[in-house]
Amino acid sequence: MTGLDVLVPSSPEEAVAAYGDGDGVTVIAGGTIVLPEITYGRLRPSKAILLKDAGLAGITRDGSRVTIGATTPVVELTELPAPIGPCAANVADSEIRAQGTVGGNLCAGIGPEAPRGDLQGALLAVGATVRTGGSGGEKTQPLEEFLADREGKLLLDVSYDEPAAGAFASLDRPHTHDYTALAVSAARAEDGTTRLAVSGVAGHAVRLPSAEAKADNPQAAGEAAAGDATFADDALASAWYRGQTLPVLVRRALTQLQEA
Amino acid sequence: MRLTVNGIERGIESAPLTPLLYVLREELGITSPKAGCQQGGCGACTVLVDGEARRACLLAVAAVDGAEITTVEGLGAPEALSAIQTAFHEHYAAQCGFCTSGMLIAAHAYLEHGGSGERESIQETLSGHVCRCTGYVKIIDAVAAAAGGEITSRQKWLPQTGEESPVEVPGAPA
Repeated sequence: MTGLDVLVPSSPEEAVAAYGDGDGVTVIAGGTIVLPEITYGRLRPSKAILLKDAGLAGITRDGSRVTIGATTPVVELTELPAPIGPCAANVADSEIRAQGTVGGNLCAGIGPEAPRGDLQGALLAVGATVRTGGSGGEKTQPLEEFLADREGKLLLDVSYDEPAAGAFASLDRPHTHDYTALAVSAARAEDGTTRLAVSGVAGHAVRLPSAEAKADNPQAAGEAAAGDATFADDALASAWYRGQTLPVLVRRALTQLQEA
Repeated sequence: MRLTVNGIERGIESAPLTPLLYVLREELGITSPKAGCQQGGCGACTVLVDGEARRACLLAVAAVDGAEITTVEGLGAPEALSAIQTAFHEHYAAQCGFCTSGMLIAAHAYLEHGGSGERESIQETLSGHVCRCTGYVKIIDAVAAAAGGEITSRQKWLPQTGEESPVEVPGAPA
């Protein structure tokens, strides 16, 4: 690891300055995804930033607005109302949840074996926005936009308005260390709007607009959802299986939401 | 960088992104944390970092600079095993032994955090730890016994100084 530059910023401002435009920078928060990449030689960082002391951890509330710092461990989300809490509790095991962070989950790309980033779906369903630093300065944007283009951005925090009701429906995992093959999050905002999102699909988690349009009819919404997502074959499940499962999970999530 | 490992402060010279697991095993020669999957999926490398069970393979050593690390060697000594080590011993909870250090550390942290001893909560706690001998029943028995206070940390198996061994081993020197 000759020429490796490791920075340990002690404030968000220092972290943003160290990150610069992000070119060639490896950001390490909990390290649960990055460390194996380094161990197995798939990633050879030349400049790394450890965010552990950057002051980016913690959950704050301002009225109904919830803000979660990027390095907040996943375990701290498990008691939040659905869909966030049940989704966070469905990530890995208790020890990994205590180390892995919300930011790592939102920044995770496709892994060698499966899509990662289970929390992306739950946070899309509550209409979250993210605050980032990096090239072009500080920016606040919807999570959808961030997921579509994460290059050159250092995630600082994610925030959302607490929904009136939420629901989470997931395929069971064969083992705590498997990523979730497919999960649907649903949330009804205070203004009555229902948002639906699915994780475990190709690329990153996505909203399900066709299903949202029929949200008051869980069966019809499930059937409509098929056109909103594309699936990949991987070690966890085939694209075909995911396609067959999505309508079921949408129906379950919306039924839960109606009963919530 | 510095680490306090099992109560002893050590200077660390490995590169900053070296996993803590390799620092313990290769730089410090402490081999109880096992290099199983080396990607967080087996639990065999679990150690205590400032009292919390963590995967040594997933932590860059620079991320734990200054921390207190405890491996099974730090839980108890052969002549004075900790409660969880004694429970594992009495309940035959180790088979090949590869997962045992990680299991012990996770179970120790569970007890320290006031684990109830209900089987479901023990299963949840140990769910990230893989035993390829599939000896889970005895492992869970041992943790439940320790949580229930059935086991003390008194080491009653090894001979005390001046005592004869309670176990006769055929062929062993007298």
